[in-house]
Amino acid sequence: MQITVKLFAFFRENRFKVEEREIDEATTIGDIVDQLAISREEVGVLMLNSRHTDFAVRPAPGDILAIFPVIGGG
Amino acid sequence: MADKIYRVNMTTLTTSVEAVPAAWAGHGGRGLTSTIVAAEVEPTCHPLGAKNKLVIAPGLLSGTVAANSGRLSIGAKSPLTGTIKEANAGGTAAQLLARAGCKALIIEGLPKGDAWYSLALTPEGVTIQEESELIGKGNFAVVETLGKRFTEKLGVLTIGQAGEMRMRAANISIKDPDGGLRSCGRGGLGAVMGSKKIKFITVNPKDGKVAIANPEKFKEANKAFSKALVDHPVSQALGQYGTNVLVNIINESGGLPTKNFTGGQFAGHESISGETMHDTISQRGGKVKHNCHAGCVIQCSQIYNDAGGKKLTSGFEYESIWAMGADCCVDNLDHIALADKLMDDIGIDTIETSVAMGVAMEAGVLPFGDGLGICRILEEEVAKGTTLGRIIGNGAGSVGIAFGITRVPVVKNQAIPAYDPRAIKGIGITYATSTQGADHTMGYTIATNILSVGGKVDPLTNVGQVELSRNLQIATAAIDSTGMCLFIAFAALDNAACLPALIDLINARYGLSLTGDDVVNLGKYILKTERAFNTAAGFTAADDRLPEFFYTEPLPPHNVTFDFKGEEIDTFWNF
Ligand code: SF4
Repeated sequence: MQITVKLFAFFRENRFKVEEREIDEATTIGDIVDQLAISREEVGVLMLNSRHTDFAVRPAPGDILAIFPVIGGG
Repeated sequence: MADKIYRVNMTTLTTSVEAVPAAWAGHGGRGLTSTIVAAEVEPTCHPLGAKNKLVIAPGLLSGTVAANSGRLSIGAKSPLTGTIKEANAGGTAAQLLARAGCKALIIEGLPKGDAWYSLALTPEGVTIQEESELIGKGNFAVVETLGKRFTEKLGVLTIGQAGEMRMRAANISIKDPDGGLRSCGRGGLGAVMGSKKIKFITVNPKDGKVAIANPEKFKEANKAFSKALVDHPVSQALGQYGTNVLVNIINESGGLPTKNFTGGQFAGHESISGETMHDTISQRGGKVKHNCHAGCVIQCSQIYNDAGGKKLTSGFEYESIWAMGADCCVDNLDHIALADKLMDDIGIDTIETSVAMGVAMEAGVLPFGDGLGICRILEEEVAKGTTLGRIIGNGAGSVGIAFGITRVPVVKNQAIPAYDPRAIKGIGITYATSTQGADHTMGYTIATNILSVGGKVDPLTNVGQVELSRNLQIATAAIDSTGMCLFIAFAALDNAACLPALIDLINARYGLSLTGDDVVNLGKYILKTERAFNTAAGFTAADDRLPEFFYTEPLPPHNVTFDFKGEEIDTFWNF
């Protein structure tokens, strides 16, 4: 099945901004982060379809996953 | 040298230097401005009349080498909200005022004639001069001219045309180390300075230094404190992308107010994002990192050049970029940068003015997306004080009244900033209950609601939001007293070593033995003092509410409303 993965801030360096990705049903968000060679420690926020989520969740077909490092501002 | 209170009476054009009353001794920054305003200003007075006072105070640690301690607080009764007000900013003035031995500068009264004045503060006292050359000029002309008029390096506080015309969105600007400007932006404090006919204030500490009671301990504490700041990943991202790193994440969350608060996501978000801004700055030879005062170890500021490589603006913040960008649907960062520079020059709050532009766009004054139209209105209407310029310069509420618009995003007449309270509910509680009108910095729940800093509280449910906002508002009031930039809060929320090091710094500076509880109590005292002023000015719980449309118009993409009952909001004050 296909999902969309979006990366932000320095996670984009040497990777991509947005990508369609083929995964199987057993794949968790944590697996995707690992496949992208992003250290889980560096991940600040995960959003699935604009809702906060976590590493253990398995995306469904057509989902949009956004991966952010630890960031802040104001 | 013991710190002193410097007092200026603009009615009699006299000045004095006074000992610090015992009740004020432990205060600095916001704690001190609010204490003095509450003690000396009649709550029901007209904010632009003779009875209001402008109080300027460096933080408790300003003027020392403590990291990020150069924040200056300015307080008064606000002409925009009618509440008590404190706005703080960086720049060099706080450090120089503290080194001059000034605990607070209190400016009272109104001059009788038409003449304009400037103030010069040195350790010996304040002198008042008549000023004519710079009247009617923008802030950059003031800073540049003063750079030539005086040979010494001075701190400068100045108002632009907006302050001179007593517009309620007028700010007070503070010079940064490179001749750029930082602004005490919110609540129309520039109009209070303008009402007192003061165009600018210079600060010259001569060889004044801040006394440290326990230098060894101070050094140690500063080391631990700086380390906590530098080590936190948020600090690092702030240096790289600036506060504008938030555009994409707030957009993704569905809480980025768009097209005058009718949507929560902006199609053009990528072109105004921190990532795009970072690349543009690098390509054009600007500066990705910049500090607003010496001693900042985070450096969230930057210098943004135009396509020709010439400096266009600095201190280009998320709030300003959101307001002109998503809220006005402008997806051209260069147009936004030009508008930012114009607003700095005119001396007008970028949040209030841009939200006012969004309301004006809904009213049909100019089309959504017209970035150059915003710039034209700023230059030809606001700076010149035409009727339209004054309507916009008096803020979003003023535009709503003038054009009969009901979707006017203000609380206590102050524009709501860059986070929609329907999709990020904690910040709605802060907007509603803040003693100073809608202001994200009063209790920045975004950290916990969106960024997962200091824990996690789901932004889309009501659970835990009142408590979150309360805890943050109490902590923020205390931090605003120290002279620390608020961006230390990310480290303070996550790193157990940060806050104790900050308290150690205060103790070492003054020879005190404050504890964490004392700091919490200070925050509570400040909020209660400010609220008591507002109550005496006529505010009630009915004012602690959001505008009606937030309760009735669902916000896409989550299609949510703000659905807190009044009684729930009021539990905020149960402490
Ligand atoms: S982090 Fe930003 S606002 Fe804070 S002191 Fe540094 S440059 Fe100024």
